[in-house]
Amino acid sequence: MMRFIKPNVSVDFIGKRILAFAFSGALILISVIYLIAHGGPRLGIDFAGGTLYQVQFSGATDAQTIRSALDKIDMKSATVQQYGPSEKHEYLIRTLEPDTNITEHKKKLLAALDAATGLNTSLRRSNMIDSQVGKEFREDAAKALFFALLFITIYISGRFEAKWFSSGVMVGTLLLCIFLVSLFVSSIEVLIIVALVLAVALFWLLNLKYSMGAIVALIHDVLITVGVFSILGKEFSLSIVAALLTIVGYSLNDTIIVYDRIRENVKTQRKDSFKDIINSAINQTLSRTILTSGTTMLVLVALFIWGGDIINGFALTMIIGVAVGTYSSIYVASPILLAWEGKEKK
Amino acid sequence: MRSTPKPLGNGACRGRFYRGFLANPCSVLERKGASQLKDISWKLVLVGVVVLAAIICILPTFKPTLWPYKKINLGLDLQGGMEMRLKVESQKAVKNKIDQLADEIKSELRDKKIRYKKIESTADAKISVIIDGAKDIQDFESYLKDENSDLVESNRLVSDNVLTVQLGFSQENVNDIESKAVEQDLETIRNRIDQFGVSEPIIQRTKGETILVQLPGVKDTERAMELVGKTAMLEFKLVDDTKTASQPNPSSLPPNEEYLDGIGGRRYVVYKKTLLTGEYLTDAEVKINSSTNEVYVSMDFDKKGARIFDEITGAHVGERLAVVLDGKIQTAPNIKERISGGRASITGDYTMEEAHDLAIVLRSGQLWAPLTLEDQQIVGASLGADSIRMGLLSVYIGGILVIAFMALYYKLSGLVADFALVVNILLIAAGMAALQATLTLPGIAGVILTIGMAVDANVLIFERIREELEVGKTPRAALDAGYERATLTILDANVTTLIAALVLFQFGTTTIKGFAVTLSLGVVSSVFTALVLTKVVFDLYFAKRKVKQLSI
Repeated sequence: MMRFIKPNVSVDFIGKRILAFAFSGALILISVIYLIAHGGPRLGIDFAGGTLYQVQFSGATDAQTIRSALDKIDMKSATVQQYGPSEKHEYLIRTLEPDTNITEHKKKLLAALDAATGLNTSLRRSNMIDSQVGKEFREDAAKALFFALLFITIYISGRFEAKWFSSGVMVGTLLLCIFLVSLFVSSIEVLIIVALVLAVALFWLLNLKYSMGAIVALIHDVLITVGVFSILGKEFSLSIVAALLTIVGYSLNDTIIVYDRIRENVKTQRKDSFKDIINSAINQTLSRTILTSGTTMLVLVALFIWGGDIINGFALTMIIGVAVGTYSSIYVASPILLAWEGKEKK
Repeated sequence: MRSTPKPLGNGACRGRFYRGFLANPCSVLERKGASQLKDISWKLVLVGVVVLAAIICILPTFKPTLWPYKKINLGLDLQGGMEMRLKVESQKAVKNKIDQLADEIKSELRDKKIRYKKIESTADAKISVIIDGAKDIQDFESYLKDENSDLVESNRLVSDNVLTVQLGFSQENVNDIESKAVEQDLETIRNRIDQFGVSEPIIQRTKGETILVQLPGVKDTERAMELVGKTAMLEFKLVDDTKTASQPNPSSLPPNEEYLDGIGGRRYVVYKKTLLTGEYLTDAEVKINSSTNEVYVSMDFDKKGARIFDEITGAHVGERLAVVLDGKIQTAPNIKERISGGRASITGDYTMEEAHDLAIVLRSGQLWAPLTLEDQQIVGASLGADSIRMGLLSVYIGGILVIAFMALYYKLSGLVADFALVVNILLIAAGMAALQATLTLPGIAGVILTIGMAVDANVLIFERIREELEVGKTPRAALDAGYERATLTILDANVTTLIAALVLFQFGTTTIKGFAVTLSLGVVSSVFTALVLTKVVFDLYFAKRKVKQLSI
């Protein structure tokens, strides 16, 4: 049979964990610093509000000419960006102000572009979002991320620890604390950070080690994905948030597979050290891990290359997320278990 | 000789949450022979039924005439069209009603010869009243009691025979108007869109006081916007011909007259009093004057409106009656004679389209509260078609890549997984048709993702089987053990993706919901095909032959 991984592979993954921690740490640090320096991720009009026009010209033109047309119709502050493959002659024109009179202005815009470029301009798509609505979308996105993490947390702690009481306590405390904090703080982003920190702390206190490993891996994945995505200069839109949520679900998939194996091995390999158990679990599931990530990557790359520009950002986010997610199941979730073990033994 | 597999102890049959029919792998192992066939056959029947049902659900999408079942809807980003959310300014509805009431009170007081110094609507939706003179105050108060007893007085002061008071609606009334405003606007928009002729529009109230309007496939978005946003307040007023001809300074106009613009650009002087409003309209139709080929709109009034119209025309023969729509004079024809039939017409140099839209707007009534645009998305049909093309292309390519890989890596077993994959896509499509869900571009991405993730379950099972074969089990035993061990893990792993999908569905916009739906359907179907479908195929293969080697 065809194999990528030999059946009795035995790589010492865990042995290299310090290196991995350093690597992960560096990535997270870079991401966080970049995000703070730029005041958060770049927001598309879904979240920032504004108006977007996707125009197509019947021939070649350049951003300069377009901008001169925009100046004439009082759209000086608009940004112009080429979009898609150059032979399509498509551009994105974006303004920060939501345009409630968009029907009127569209006509003016097309006429002005026609005049300035001497070509035929057609409007492929337009999108106008009021800044208030954009704010609502931001909040909804944050809430979605929050609830996903919450439910998954409940699921993990129930499923893995089989300590439903502990997990019940955890969830109850978490919700209570969040409620209290929300009385003082209204920004939903801050609330989420508080919730995450609290969750990790509670896992620590209640000894829910599998859950903690899983959630730290998830936070790791989301942070790095958002960071890399931002560093690549891409914009956050609603579909990117959908991708992030999917990555949360997917990364957990991976982590669960490894954890399941670890627990199985704990029962069968009673004589081995925890470190060896984890290592063998990872090795045993390695084939499967690489294959699934591999096939998912295959389709995502197909989507990225052939799926068109609109879904491009989504595909890219997923690709980064799947890669980081796979890595984190091996090098973040598992070592945390080991560190815990060490803590327990003392 | 077929070896009886060692009955796996409670270790493997654990899974108290998932016992149900999926625990059957355990029971299959513990029996042998004919009863195995029985188990296979019910699963086979199940699979058969599901696949058949799926095909039935799918067919209408490809052959709509086959039977009137449901087909898969395409989202706006794939079909082209317009989606917008409009905020209903319900406070303005209150203000509008107060304005209207102030005018009514003024004209009624004049009719009753009750003098007033000031009756004016204020910015905070109240009517400010000043009456000077004891008799007038008395008359005014009795008038109020008779005609407008539901108004609430505030800041009432009487000194030196001068009454100052503010009139307003009761809070109850205000709440009533505001909530009705949204409902009325919703109805009005619905009426207008219905007549506009967009297939399968969606018009619904969303959270707060917002109305969502989705017009899939609409081409003339400008007309649609016009139609939806037009307030359509229809009023009939008398024209002051002499002043219109002489065009005096606006400030020299008497208090009961004002300037209004006509659509041709002319400025008319009209008497402010509104004689008749669009409330009394029962119908409006587009007609063509056979002799002049002019397009006009003919309006019918109800009994009360017809009577009022009769009175107006009777009392003002020879004068001009201005038809005012949203503060602009559409036409101001001469009243040649008394009109008692309750029918009037608006001419005004309309094109067929303009007249048609005007009729729609008159028929559907006035928007009580103005609408502001919160967000709007327009996708051109060409972009929609491109998106479908590219989305499907990546599905094909991704699908072929995965299918080829599985066949190469797992050989014949890989083909079984590939077959499961195809059934998966069928099931997702059928699910969407049955749920009347909308397919969007992210939805297509969800299908692609499912293709990648569906094989995960198969990989899990196959890798386990390979492991068991390594340890030395027979193909049959390895197969069963593989399915056995992998089941719980597969269910676990997919539950988390499902949770994420459900959260997305809850919080997402329509396009994102499309993704959540296909992802959820994909997860469910891939679990089904991986655990039940492929097992059935393998079981069938193993049923009557001794298998020495498993192609995996």
